[in-house]
Amino acid sequence: MVMPQIKEAVNVPDMPQSDNAVVVRGVSKTYGEVEALRDMSLEFPRGQLTSLLGPSGCGKTTLLKIIAGLLKPNSGEIEVNGKPVKGPGPDRAFVFQDFALMPWANVLRNVAFGLELRGVATSEREAIAEKYIAEVGLAGFEKSYPHQLSGGMRQRVGLARALSVDADVLLMDEPFSAVDEQTRRKFQEDLLNLVQHENKTFIFVTHSIEEAVYVSDQIAILLPRPSRVSEIIRPTDLRHKNVDNIRRDPEYLDIVDSIWASLRSYVE
Amino acid sequence: MTRRSLWLKIISAVVLFGAWQIAGMIPVSYAFPTFFESMAALFRMAGDGTLLTAYIETLRPLVVGVGISAFLGIGLGLWIGLSARFDWLFSPIFIVMQAAPLAALIPLLVMAYGIGLTSKVFVVCIMAMPVIVLNTASAVRNTPASLKEMGKSFMASDTKIMLRIIIPAASPVIFSGLRLGVSAGFIGAILAELKITPTGVGDIITYSRSIADYPAMYAAIFSIILLAVLFLNFLERLEVYLFEGNVRGYASD
Repeated sequence: MVMPQIKEAVNVPDMPQSDNAVVVRGVSKTYGEVEALRDMSLEFPRGQLTSLLGPSGCGKTTLLKIIAGLLKPNSGEIEVNGKPVKGPGPDRAFVFQDFALMPWANVLRNVAFGLELRGVATSEREAIAEKYIAEVGLAGFEKSYPHQLSGGMRQRVGLARALSVDADVLLMDEPFSAVDEQTRRKFQEDLLNLVQHENKTFIFVTHSIEEAVYVSDQIAILLPRPSRVSEIIRPTDLRHKNVDNIRRDPEYLDIVDSIWASLRSYVE
Repeated sequence: MTRRSLWLKIISAVVLFGAWQIAGMIPVSYAFPTFFESMAALFRMAGDGTLLTAYIETLRPLVVGVGISAFLGIGLGLWIGLSARFDWLFSPIFIVMQAAPLAALIPLLVMAYGIGLTSKVFVVCIMAMPVIVLNTASAVRNTPASLKEMGKSFMASDTKIMLRIIIPAASPVIFSGLRLGVSAGFIGAILAELKITPTGVGDIITYSRSIADYPAMYAAIFSIILLAVLFLNFLERLEVYLFEGNVRGYASD
């Protein structure tokens, strides 16, 4: 009966206040004259999936790239695991809308590329890459080149690459917008699985209301000009439902409707 | 697939050489020999060593010039593509070089550098370098932004982004610049031998024409074209070997 006590003792300092993996505080960003983000603050709870949802031009991708360290904000700060963000870091991995695969490299090298850049030895990084290639369902395609794969398979490669560096936070920039509807549904189901089984924090940019409600623990609705968080919605029950029943759930339908009601006036 | 392309190659060669043979037999001009006469002259010259000594002479400015153009050209092209200031400084030079009527400028080169190897290397470089530089620069400038961002997000250093992302991404256009540049270099090498001092293959062409040995003249021209085609094929193989996934099948090869 000693073990549980030790476990508790270890867990106590690990769980301070409400646990946020990423915190955005007062971030502003302008491109020349254009104000993309104004004084934006947002919290991303650890181990959950947060969607950034909004009409085009609301700065959701800009915010994601600032969190990734790819863009510098004009003011404000970002914290990942309590540490301020100065640039790209090993605690974050990015999944790109256009996949960003290297056409000259095969699937194995593409997936291992993040590790390659970190100087991990060939045999080790290929073993890790193979594991994640199998995990996203691409076993047998290690030697294929991106142009030999379908759009959906290419994004699986992009996802495997992001998973293989084992970052705490996964940043996904409209990852499913370039794949067809059926593949997209499959992706969404797989993503729910991933959130449940990988102990990672997901930040997910999308312009699809249904997609956001389906996959998210928390939805931040962003409105444009200047960009701001208008509302944060946390579906309460959906996560415990069977994936097949979510789209029929009254709560799902209500949330989709209410989001559309608040976004409608901003869509030209 | 490969069988079919092999057959196509053979058929197109037969058609071309057949047309040549017929044109020579009509004849379209007394200075135009038939295909078989030219080939006979080619084998004769290859047999008695004339061709070999000529090529040793011709290949020197060609290899040196193409080598310089490739290394310097790709290097400068990378630099121009990456830096706006360098673009502003150097691009005009190469655009002027590309547009310059080279044959008219050769006397100037001869005055400055004499009639030796230097002038001939210059001619090859002036022909070959601009297209290599300009292609490389535009390829580098057009590297997909998301690939560079991808490198950055995985914490690649600038050098690694350059070596592992920008250069491979630019390689198809760099190689097409190399192919164009190398063929221009071949033209430059022969032009130099015709315009500066008749040596090597240029000497065979000039001399055979002066004694009305037209089969030998066309044989020499044919041989240099053959060499250029073989070298371009080699470049293509090299590209496939280096960047396999970039190459989605060429029409030639």
